[in-house]
Amino acid sequence: MHIPDGYLSPSSCAALYAGSAPFWYIALGRVKKALHTRLVPLISLFSAFCFLIMMFNLPLPGGTTGHAVGIGLATVVLGPWAAMLAVSVALVIQALFFGDGGITAIGANCFNMAIVGSLVTYVCYRAMAGRSPIASFRRVVAAGLAGYMAINVSALLAAIEFGIQPLLFRDALGTPLYCPYPLSVSIPAMMIGHLTIAGMAELIVSAGLVALLQQSDPSLLKATAGAATALRETGTGTGTRRLQSLWAGLCTLMILTPLGILAVGTAWGEWVASDFSNPAIRQQIAGASLQEAAPEHAPKGLEQLSHVWTAPFSHYAPPYIRSATFGYFLSAMFGAGLIILACVSMGQFMRGLGQ
Amino acid sequence: MTGHHHGRGRGGFIEHTIEGLHAAMDQALYAEHNASAGGLLQRLDPRVKVAALFAFILVSAVTAKLWVVAAVLLVAIILAALSSISLWVLATRFWLTTLTLSGALALPAVFLTPGTVIYRLPGLELAATAPGLRTAGLLVLRAETAAALALVLVFTTPWPHVLKALRMFRVPVVFVVILGMTCRYILLMLETAHEMFESRKSRTVGALTRGEQRRIAILSTGVLLSRTLQLSNEVYLAMQARGFRGEVFILDDFRAKGR
Repeated sequence: MHIPDGYLSPSSCAALYAGSAPFWYIALGRVKKALHTRLVPLISLFSAFCFLIMMFNLPLPGGTTGHAVGIGLATVVLGPWAAMLAVSVALVIQALFFGDGGITAIGANCFNMAIVGSLVTYVCYRAMAGRSPIASFRRVVAAGLAGYMAINVSALLAAIEFGIQPLLFRDALGTPLYCPYPLSVSIPAMMIGHLTIAGMAELIVSAGLVALLQQSDPSLLKATAGAATALRETGTGTGTRRLQSLWAGLCTLMILTPLGILAVGTAWGEWVASDFSNPAIRQQIAGASLQEAAPEHAPKGLEQLSHVWTAPFSHYAPPYIRSATFGYFLSAMFGAGLIILACVSMGQFMRGLGQ
Repeated sequence: MTGHHHGRGRGGFIEHTIEGLHAAMDQALYAEHNASAGGLLQRLDPRVKVAALFAFILVSAVTAKLWVVAAVLLVAIILAALSSISLWVLATRFWLTTLTLSGALALPAVFLTPGTVIYRLPGLELAATAPGLRTAGLLVLRAETAAALALVLVFTTPWPHVLKALRMFRVPVVFVVILGMTCRYILLMLETAHEMFESRKSRTVGALTRGEQRRIAILSTGVLLSRTLQLSNEVYLAMQARGFRGEVFILDDFRAKGR
């Protein structure tokens, strides 16, 4: 996932450096405050550790090999801000001294892996581990899955950065100047490898090492579990209150969903086969696509695949409900409800694992 | 990863990890040895070299002309030759890896990019197009040029000096200090990991199943982690013993001198 030099345009690189800068600034500020503690050597050593495990090619089930990045473990032990720095440092050293990953792409690589990776790990780990005890098996599973999620979100970001290059940067003759593959190629190309191999490697390493730390040095796992235990001590106070405001926000958003009906036009790239033969929609597509006319007929593949699955709430307007507003609202309730149900059952399942 | 050789075969995992670790150590040693050799770039102020490196990489990234990128690559090769860097080492160890990696990534673009067809592969439904060749050429050449420039810098400058020169770009002191410490401990831990795998290899008889290989890999990572933590404790105690209270000082001031 280390983006080399020459794949992203200088302006994309600059944008990603700028995107990383505030995170680095906050992270460094936090580290500066803790400079007299053992945090500095811990960050350095963890960074060196991440560097090394990127060199261990794990043999994976299925006959392939892959390496972990160490974001999962670094975040669980150091917390998201320090982990961000540790992984960034490892990436800078790889790019500068070992030619792995481009120098112009350091900002992009740090943004994808170090910054977004550690934030995703942290959020997933905290959500899945809940308030389970430090030695519980639930934490092992949570760390593994959090690492898996982080790698895949990072890979998706890299794929998007690759995929927008040919849209934005071409010379007068239309030759792509940087990465030539559009999103339709870059996303599957990146994600197939990461959903299976690289994600699996990160999952195994994060889960395995958290299990090891539970046995050998559980105090190291306190940094990211501390708030959870603190929450328990203050009773249900802050935790519930925070959750209450989230519920209120969710309800407001659901009530506001019919506003979506007011939006004009079609969502770009979300056309259905019949849209290609409807003159009004064809005009909308052309208007939103830099006046490039849509093809005369719907692409064959789109037409064939569109019959594979018919959604029960097609176009957020169930056929058996007359009022469009109410239909939209019902779709929002149903969708949000399904997601909440999935999260609750996953939480129940993890709690079961923990006991 | 640079210097990584992917291969197959039973029991190959330990050998390949050793090879990878060895290549990285080798590169660090070569860099240190070469940085103290006499040559054109070794005599320059590190800040000048770092600034020039970034300028050259930026030029090759901004330009849309193949010949400009090629010219920058040529400059990098001439600088390497004048700074007693073996071109053979550069070509075999680094350009080849970059070429295989970015070549493999760039190859489909030759056929996928629409444009005037130059050559049709006999028997296949594939046609190389002019824009396809140009875009693939830009991709590979840019990657090679950046790799060459970065190597010219790290092979002619002691690594702590490279890091210190980053201060010129207003990189915060704390970050530079962490970078420096990490660099030092990477070298130490490369050696530790290398020894771990060597000893494991010498104790292994016969072929390992994939499951066993995986178990060894995870256990080794675990051992390395516990050594990391132990080392970090020792380093902290050593820093305290030397009076570290949270302020950072960097030795050696750079002064650009006329020659």
